[in-house]
Order: sequence, then structure tokens, then C-alpha cells
Amino acid sequence: MSDVEIKTLTMNFGPQHPAAHGVLRLVVEMDGEIVERCDPHIGLLHRGTEKLIEYKSYLQAVPYFDRLDYVSPMNQEHAYALAVEKLLGITVPERGQYIRVLFSEITRILNHLLNVTTFAMDTGALTPPLWGFEQRELLMEYYEGVSGSRMHAAYFRPGGVHQDLPDGMLDSMDAWIKQFYPFMKDIEKLLNDNRIFRQRTVDIGVVNPQQALDWGFSGPMIRASGLPWDLRKSQPYDVYERMDFDIPVGKTGDCFARYLVRIEEMYQSARIMEQCITALRTMTGPVRVDDRKISPPRRGEMKGSMEALIHHFKLYTEGYKVPAGETYTAVEAPKGEFGVYLVSDGTNKPYRCKIRAPGFPHLAALDMMTRGHQLADMSANIGSLDIVFGEIDR
Amino acid sequence: MSEPLQELGEHIKQATAGAVIAANVRLGELMLDTTPDKLIALLTFLRDDPRCLFKQLVDVCGVDWPEREKRFDVVYNLLSLKNNQRIRIKVATDETTPVPSAAPLFSSAGWFERETYDLYGVWFADHPDLRRILTDYGFEGHPLRKDFPLTGFVEVRWDDLQKRVVYEPVKLTQEFRRFDFLSPWEGAPLVLPGDEKADEKAKS
Repeated sequence: MSDVEIKTLTMNFGPQHPAAHGVLRLVVEMDGEIVERCDPHIGLLHRGTEKLIEYKSYLQAVPYFDRLDYVSPMNQEHAYALAVEKLLGITVPERGQYIRVLFSEITRILNHLLNVTTFAMDTGALTPPLWGFEQRELLMEYYEGVSGSRMHAAYFRPGGVHQDLPDGMLDSMDAWIKQFYPFMKDIEKLLNDNRIFRQRTVDIGVVNPQQALDWGFSGPMIRASGLPWDLRKSQPYDVYERMDFDIPVGKTGDCFARYLVRIEEMYQSARIMEQCITALRTMTGPVRVDDRKISPPRRGEMKGSMEALIHHFKLYTEGYKVPAGETYTAVEAPKGEFGVYLVSDGTNKPYRCKIRAPGFPHLAALDMMTRGHQLADMSANIGSLDIVFGEIDR
Repeated sequence: MSEPLQELGEHIKQATAGAVIAANVRLGELMLDTTPDKLIALLTFLRDDPRCLFKQLVDVCGVDWPEREKRFDVVYNLLSLKNNQRIRIKVATDETTPVPSAAPLFSSAGWFERETYDLYGVWFADHPDLRRILTDYGFEGHPLRKDFPLTGFVEVRWDDLQKRVVYEPVKLTQEFRRFDFLSPWEGAPLVLPGDEKADEKAKS
């Protein structure tokens, strides 16, 4: 029997597979049940976002950011808005900054709820997604309340946010947070000590801190590997430096640690939300810069003022010119460091807008993480990576 | 804010002996210009020097400047977790000059360079696996170049007779329109009539 040559089997996984979280195609070389090599083929959702942005004015580019990672839209608008504001040299009014932080954290909870629960589904649990999606639905009502859209909000604009919060939203959010803590306890009860979930995730896809740095990890992925790194703390933007929150750090770097980090981050996000709500209750003032060359006038103003009408017309046709320069601005998106490298040539359209999606290097490391694991562990690994193809393929 | 950055730039410039053409600090961000042949030495230095420790390659991307002789910039964004510091390195190249691959230094460079190659056609020498990554199988051209049209050259559709996806040249029912909204007036210095006389008076 010893001279029997064992050939590896090449298997195709995806692009339509429920555990692929989108349109991921993997070409997997297998030795029996063991993965020898896996080669992700991406780009099936490539829409040429960066090229399209070069043909749009700065304001028209905002909605493209919702459509990148479609489970955390506002964080990405945030990165773009901050980049444009940096080039323009403007500062957002305080109330606008608080609203942006509040909605960034809502988005983080939205994202983590989706990831944690579908990750549980990848490993065989069906209840968590059913429960989690109900909470997501409640949060999306706030999206709808401020922007009119449940997902593709286009709410954060360069210069602030588009509109102030509607009356009563803060009370409703308070009530939501109160019921969210017990809900999270329920989710943890379902999964933390669940025998099947632990068997599928503990010691699977271990990434040590050295590898995490080498492969360009960020966000929950790098924190689960034991590196305490969060852009909200280390390079704070907007009013994050006034927020009191903790950064959970994992010890083991496996799939279970990544799950635990995300769970704890949701509690912390809820804490930040509470602080923002308290601050917003007493704070008045504008939510976007009061510069008519950058932010459009109110509708009511336009009815009476010719100048306001002209400003509105100019802003929605020509847009504003951004001084020549370049910047790399990054935010802590739920999935990791989401960066925008924006090059302006002084016109009303970006010369180059490179979108640095956190999922891209994470997925590149899938081969490293999965080698030597069983095929079933691959779907656990993919689930713990928290990938969304909108942002990876762009 | 920019003082320590300036110092860091000078430190790198001196320590790498000619690898850095220029070190600039703009908008609080440190940028270094270098050449393809010195790139690997510079990146190695930035990764290992105790004052730099840029252990993470965050991003690699291209920028196209068609009017320049070396039309592409390859931009490397590095991050140091230890010093909480970012740095940007730019290498100018053209369609034929290869840039050495940073994949042996940073594993994350592998895919980022594949993407840059795919979208701009910048060649990375000694890259372990330089294939297209974002575009379709069998795609031709490099879509993010400025001379590549927004609409592309081919479109796909499902052919019900042949029972397969077919590629056809792009047919636009309406010609592609690109409006020039740039106002020719804005940006001119605002001189109120009569103001120039005040200056003349002050001079004489």
C-alpha cells in the first residue's frame, strides 16, 4: 500500500454558497478532508467604484460608500467625509460630531449583530440570526428616521450630517438600549457555552500577533490576536476622545476569540451610544458647517432668498472645489481599518479615491489561516473573518 | 504636530543614504518619495529601525498621471502600532519599469500588488503570484488608467440561444456624456473697481 500515490483533489467552493457570505469563489486543494491550499477568487462583485468616483463630484461620491460594505454603511461615509474635510480644512460642529459618533456605533452594532449571528449559522446554529435580525431591524428604523433609507443612508456628508435628528428619536434609542443588554445576554447564553459552537471555533484558525501584523489585520481581527489596537483610541476622530469605553482584547487569536471580541464590542458600542444620547439631549446648534460654499442651504431658506437658491443650484451641479492635495484618512469601521486615500487636483471631482477595505487583507490571509484545517473549519474561518464582498471587490 | 514628523523624515533620509528623494509633511502626514531600485531597502529600514517600526503595510495602490513621463505613482501606506504613526511612500514608474515586490517583507503586499497590477498594469518584479484579482477572467486592459473609458469596451449578457454568457462590444443607446460643471469664473481674485487705484496711491 505504501507506494500508492495520493493525489490532492481540487475542489470548487462557491461562488454561490451560503457560507461564502456573498460571492466568494474558492479553489481548494484537498488531501482527503484536509485543506492543503485555498485560493480565493474575488472580483465577482467588482463594480468599479473607484473609477466611478473619479467621474463624480465630491458630494455625488458619498452614496457609493454605502454600497461598499452594505452592512456598515455609515462608517464608510464617515471615512470619506473626514478625508474631504481634511482637504477642505473644515471642522464639523460639535452636535454634528456627536451624531456621527452615535450613528457610527449604531452601525457597529448592526454589523456585529449580522456577523456574530451568521457566524453562528455557519457553524450550525439557526436561532441567533433569527433573534439578531429582529434587533437589526429596530436599529435600521433609526437609519430610516434620519435619512429616509434603511441601509443606503448617505447621511454623513463632508461638513457634517445631512439633517438633525427627528423629535423623540433619542428617547426611543434609550428604550432600545435598555432592552439590548438583556438581549445580548440571551445571545451569549445561546453561544458562549454551547458545546457545538465551541467545538467548531476554539483553536480554529489561530493567528498569532506577528502574523496579524504581517498580514495587515485590523479591527476585531487584530484585537483577537492580542494586540490592543483601536483607531478610536489611538487616533481619535470626531468626539471619540471624550467617550469612555473599553477595548476588548482576545488572548488566543482563534475564531472563538474573534467572536468574543465582537460580542464585547457591542456592549461597548451601546455604552458609547448612551453617552452620545446624554450629550445630545443638552446640546443645541448646527449639525453641519455653516459655509454655503460647502453645505447647501435649508429648503425653507431657498423659498425666500435668491442667494440661497443660487448656492443650492451651484452645489448640486458644480459642487465644491477641493484644494489640491492628498490624504490617507482611516476610521475604525466595524470590520477594521477602513481608509480612504484621496487625491485632489483642485477641481470639483476627486482625482483618485482609493478605498482601503479591511476585509481585503483579511481574506488574503484565509489561505494562511486555513492550511492544515478540515474543510468544515474553512467555513468557520470565513465566518470569523467578517467579510462582505461589497467592500472587497469594490 | 508636524515638528516630530519633520524630524522623523530627516532621520529616515539620513539613515537610508540616498533612498529618499524627498520627505514632505502635508496635512500632518509624512510622505517619502523614492525610486524603484531603492524601495526594498527603504521598506526594510522602515520596518526594522527602532525609531520607525512600521510593522504593518496597510495599503498599496496606484495613481495615474498620464501627462507625466513616469505616469504611475505606486503609493505604500505603512502603519506603526508601536509609535502610533503613519507614513506614505511613493514610487514613480511607467508601464515598462518594474517595481520590486514588497511581498517578501509584508505578506499583505501580495494581494495589494495584485490589485495595483490589475487596475493599472504596474509590473511588480519577483511577485510570487502576479495574477489579475478584481477584474473578470480573461479581461483585457487596466481599468483605472485615466485613458480607459468609464464604460469599458465589452459588455456581457446571457444568450438564451447559445445558453451561455456572451461578450459583446459596448453599445450605448445614448452617447456617454461628461458634463463640465467647472465654473470658469470662480477663483479669479475679487477686485472691486477702483480698488487698484488705492494700491497705486500707496506705492507712489
